[in-house]
Amino acid sequence: MKKKILAIICFSIVITSCSEDKDIILNPVAITLNFNHSWNGTEITNADFGQLKFTNENDQMLSIERLRYVVSEVSLTHESGEVTVLNDYNLVDLTNNEGMSFRTSEGILPGEYSAVTFRFGLKRADNTDGAYPDLNTANFNVPAPLGGGYHFMQFDGKYINTASAEAPFNYHVISAIDPTNINDAVDTSFTLNVGRVTVGSNTNITIQMEVSEWFKNPNIWDLNEYDINLMGNYDVQLLMNQNGSSVFDLVSITQ
Amino acid sequence: MSCSNQDTDLEEEYIPVPFSLKVPELFQQKLIDPLIPNNNPLTEEGVALGRKLFFDKKLSGNNTQACATCHKPQNSFTDDTRFSDGIEGVFGVRNSMPLINLAWNFSDRFAWDGKELGLERQALEPVINPIEMHNNWNNVVTRLEQDPEYPILFSRAFGTTSIDSTLVAKAIAQFERILISGNSKFDQYLLGNATLSLQELNGFAVFMDEEKGDCFHCHGSDNNPLWTDNKFHNNGLDANFNDLGLGTVTGDPNDNGKFRSPTLRNLTFSAPYMHDGRFATLEEVINHYSEGLQFSPTIDPLMKKVSQGGVQLSAEEKIALKAFLLTLTDFEFINNPDFRD
Repeated sequence: MKKKILAIICFSIVITSCSEDKDIILNPVAITLNFNHSWNGTEITNADFGQLKFTNENDQMLSIERLRYVVSEVSLTHESGEVTVLNDYNLVDLTNNEGMSFRTSEGILPGEYSAVTFRFGLKRADNTDGAYPDLNTANFNVPAPLGGGYHFMQFDGKYINTASAEAPFNYHVISAIDPTNINDAVDTSFTLNVGRVTVGSNTNITIQMEVSEWFKNPNIWDLNEYDINLMGNYDVQLLMNQNGSSVFDLVSITQ
Repeated sequence: MSCSNQDTDLEEEYIPVPFSLKVPELFQQKLIDPLIPNNNPLTEEGVALGRKLFFDKKLSGNNTQACATCHKPQNSFTDDTRFSDGIEGVFGVRNSMPLINLAWNFSDRFAWDGKELGLERQALEPVINPIEMHNNWNNVVTRLEQDPEYPILFSRAFGTTSIDSTLVAKAIAQFERILISGNSKFDQYLLGNATLSLQELNGFAVFMDEEKGDCFHCHGSDNNPLWTDNKFHNNGLDANFNDLGLGTVTGDPNDNGKFRSPTLRNLTFSAPYMHDGRFATLEEVINHYSEGLQFSPTIDPLMKKVSQGGVQLSAEEKIALKAFLLTLTDFEFINNPDFRD
């Protein structure tokens, strides 16, 4: 990362020093990412929490009471193929309306980029147990017997079960760990390519999480079957990972 | 005459000494820095003044109660009775909350129901509360101004002899922010300086097991030495509420029955437990989570086995869990002379 920043700075200097008459000053700029949330296309906020107002693909009524997740490795890919990571990670917390919008910690030179990508969760090499004080303080850790590191998402609520009673669900996404062999984790974080982007002085990228997709595609989710104690369920974690692939969409890129 | 002027000038120019906060090693490793407001930095003089005020009964209407009356140092700065009585013998409806590691409460919402936004604001309230200290700030300020020591102490801490409620609250908040507990047996275990018994280790495993105690989702872990998330939860105490908790503050029915998670540090000293002190022992607390949960519409989804009454721990698991919880006892904190009158 430091080398990349140094290269950007040097590049800026070269551009600004090559002509006295036509100074083109290009300074690295940060970009802003905004995360919105929807249910079947209708925007949701934490004001919608705590109400049995949503129906999943399996025709189960449910409420959302807590939703927070980590996005990491916000990156831009230059036409040359060079990838620049602009942000290590960020906790998006819809429950408390925190972290929904953030500027990348690193900047990049304005211009055309062939892809902007981010990762849902933390890749295995970065998912180091206890390594991130802000995530520790936010109580986002995963117990060591489940592989340690951090939750990727904590999504809690209630649903109407087969007995027509309200029952809790804890849709918690972590690295998929076979409890009989915790060293053999499957990296269930995943990257999403938002597409091409022109980076200007004030670039805003808005991403939407379509929450209903966690229960829909490709695996129709039966909360009666998978509601609680899912963190240590290796197979269920893989199902979550599959459903996550269709959860995020680009809404807009504005300058 | 000239000597007197020089003295006055010196007093006016006195610059408080920045207070060096003793942040435990594990906190430095695991947590972000404590929250110290820019408009109330910790100083030696401010903390000392805050300590004096915290233990001073002058703050109450009839000079019989101090902050420390209900937040006793020997009880981890809570009360040893279910409810605390005010200066006129009227009891409140909640157990006083322990004052531990408050500088790491980043939501900045204090008290069981989060009604106090910021420690400085919190410190204002008990003084005028009619069932607590039942005083008014004019009285308090007059008493402090007439005291032979306070004017100079305020001058040294804040550069003025003009005392007001804001400065009193700032000083008390400074003292409260230094009430840091981070040296329990379990802390020493994590630092490699102590060993745990098999029973204590089993208890920690119950605490961290999603399918057993599942305590870690709200109460911290080996990576969160606060042992609280400082968030608000309905932990299934009642099917019907006689205290709405956070709901009273926000007016949102979805917040009814929610109270801030307390730290699990120093449970040895902080009985009784829960916002209303309903449980006299740790056994009662563990039994509640094991088989005593009550369903209500706002119960936290993390109370996952409410339909079975709780997480159904075995007798052995309960004993182990208690043994682990007691490893969070910090005798140094309780006996720290800096935290005493």
